[in-house]
Amino acid sequence: MDLQCPAPLSRHETVQMAHGAGGVMSRELTRNVFLPFFGNSMLDMLDDQARISLESGNIAFTTDTFVVSPLFFPGGNIGDLAVNGTVNDLAVGGALPLYLSAGFVIEEGFRLSGLTKIVAAMADAAAEAGVSIVTGDTKVVGKGQCDGIFINTSGIGVIRDGVDLSCNNLREGDAILVSGSLGDHGMAVMTAREGLSFQSEIASDTMALNRMISSILHEVPEVHAMRDPTRGGLASTLNELAEASGKGIVIEEDCLPVKPEVQGACELLGIDPLTVANEGKVVVAVRGDRAEKVLRIMQSHEDATSGRASIIGAVVNEHPGMVIVRTGLGGRRILEMPLGEQLPRIC
Amino acid sequence: MKYIDEYRDPQRARRILAEIERRVTRPWTIMEICGGQTHSIIRNGIDQVLPDSVGLLHGPGCPVCVTPIEILDRALSIVSRPDVVLASFGDMLRVPGSEKDLLTARSEGADVRIVYSSLEAVRIARENPEKEVVFLAVGFETTAPGNAMAVLQAKREGLDNFSELVSQFMVPPAMQAILSSGDCAVDGFLAAGHVCTVTGYEDYEVLAEAFHVPIVPTGFEPVDILAGILRVVTMLESGVSGVENEYARVVDREGNHAARCAVEEVFEVADRQWRGIGTIPLSGLRLRNRFAPFDAEKRFDVASIQPEESSLCKSGDVLRGVVKPDECPAFDNGCTPVNPLGAPMVSGEGACAAYFKYQRKV
Repeated sequence: MDLQCPAPLSRHETVQMAHGAGGVMSRELTRNVFLPFFGNSMLDMLDDQARISLESGNIAFTTDTFVVSPLFFPGGNIGDLAVNGTVNDLAVGGALPLYLSAGFVIEEGFRLSGLTKIVAAMADAAAEAGVSIVTGDTKVVGKGQCDGIFINTSGIGVIRDGVDLSCNNLREGDAILVSGSLGDHGMAVMTAREGLSFQSEIASDTMALNRMISSILHEVPEVHAMRDPTRGGLASTLNELAEASGKGIVIEEDCLPVKPEVQGACELLGIDPLTVANEGKVVVAVRGDRAEKVLRIMQSHEDATSGRASIIGAVVNEHPGMVIVRTGLGGRRILEMPLGEQLPRIC
Repeated sequence: MKYIDEYRDPQRARRILAEIERRVTRPWTIMEICGGQTHSIIRNGIDQVLPDSVGLLHGPGCPVCVTPIEILDRALSIVSRPDVVLASFGDMLRVPGSEKDLLTARSEGADVRIVYSSLEAVRIARENPEKEVVFLAVGFETTAPGNAMAVLQAKREGLDNFSELVSQFMVPPAMQAILSSGDCAVDGFLAAGHVCTVTGYEDYEVLAEAFHVPIVPTGFEPVDILAGILRVVTMLESGVSGVENEYARVVDREGNHAARCAVEEVFEVADRQWRGIGTIPLSGLRLRNRFAPFDAEKRFDVASIQPEESSLCKSGDVLRGVVKPDECPAFDNGCTPVNPLGAPMVSGEGACAAYFKYQRKV
């Protein structure tokens, strides 16, 4: 038997219960894994809280928890997803995202190399979005008590003066735009989970949108509402907008941007791309005569839109609370709020 | 995307639509058999753009809709036992049994897994020798070959922990039942394209001859469906019955020989109960006796579970095209997509769910 002194952290390849127990090993995890990537003047203090001074204005505050499986998928991993998701939730409210917290629930035995990869992706995403992770927490749970790692991020942003985005602002004649192709994230995760491969790989669209949204709000004050169509996809988001505003929405099926590979995967799995999650897209409602301007700004952010930003429909006074799709054939169908879990059809 | 875009081309669809309008001189009622066709009709708004004189009736070809409540209750009973994995196609999970659905059972701790193919269930059995793995083998002639292959594969590998709870249906006996009923309103059929891919259409020639109806194997995209309707209308207008194939890119008269052989080897024809309709003689398949060890019904002794269906729900009449969904007393009155009484309210392909969506506010 190879007898040794208690091994230093660097000897461990996996997360141990002791890493969450608040002692020496917890401190080492923080110092060796989190601080090298996240470090900033506030976090480095290792206090129980971050103390922030803000200039003025209204604060936007949001939280989101990420439990994706698989943790690593084409186009990203749970780490950049957790940062971008919270940044986008702030941005679509018209806020400038500033500070994030990060809470980790890690399953005992999770590989430290995997954790490091996730943390590095979070740091990159935060740098890209221009936000700092200023406070955090780690808990370790027993084997089988969580699926590898769960991450919660909360975020604070400042809403600029004069910005008032709300579903209640929707008016008849508003145009509805989407900033790029639909369903990429959900299908990237689903095909990774099912072990399906296609000629061209489907990559998640996970991306922080705050820079693009900031340009839009700066140049087009006639924007009335924004949402990021994450879980439940475009179908959920449009239904939420219609219900909250008491207006109707009409969408042109031919204008909906869906990549061929995503369409193909959806056909194969019996899933409607309009109900599939996006993690780097924004839906914008703007006064009709300003729609082209918003479209041009979206298109100028080529990295976020891949040339697929589109005006997809309009707000109407008819059929309040309901979203109608005009089909290529000239028929109409209701675009429903998805019921819940995506259940693939038999045939 | 090839084989998709050209069959969704609105220009092409409108040309066929104009041809239907030109040919039709009197009212006709056409039934599309397959739930996949119903789905496409609703999704593309085909029923709204057809001339008023061409009516569509939604047929009984939604496997989710016609699977009887007893199969759900038997599945729920089996999966409530320790060390059992129930593998199923996704959309069966929301179909209500007498007391709950499989999604609820899963949330209560039952090991219910969604698979895309019966062979995935065989893999689960191979990887979990300590578990009993039961595949919910539902569907029409389209799923039967795969489900037969799964049994053959399990037998070949000597897996003694794999079985199937079988509820396989066949289309022609259901069409015969519809045509034989006194209140049949159907003038012609769009036969289910993918069923015919497996079976061919010789059986349909017999039906078409006996009942003097046009039957047209038809695909699932808007251009396919409109072309199928045009073909049926043309046959009706010229008084022609018989089978004409409008899905020749995948269907031929003899079907898929290898698939039919696998089905023939594993299954035999049997009476089947259809949800809301009742038992139709010789309308389904069951495992042959020599595959009895793979028969979950025997293995878990659940054949005695025979619940009653809700008397309020008129889904049988809906499936036969006798009653419109909103004429059912339970429609939107205790039966909704969130809390369905009958299966046609469950699936996006189900006629009641389709009516619920459209008539709620439009």
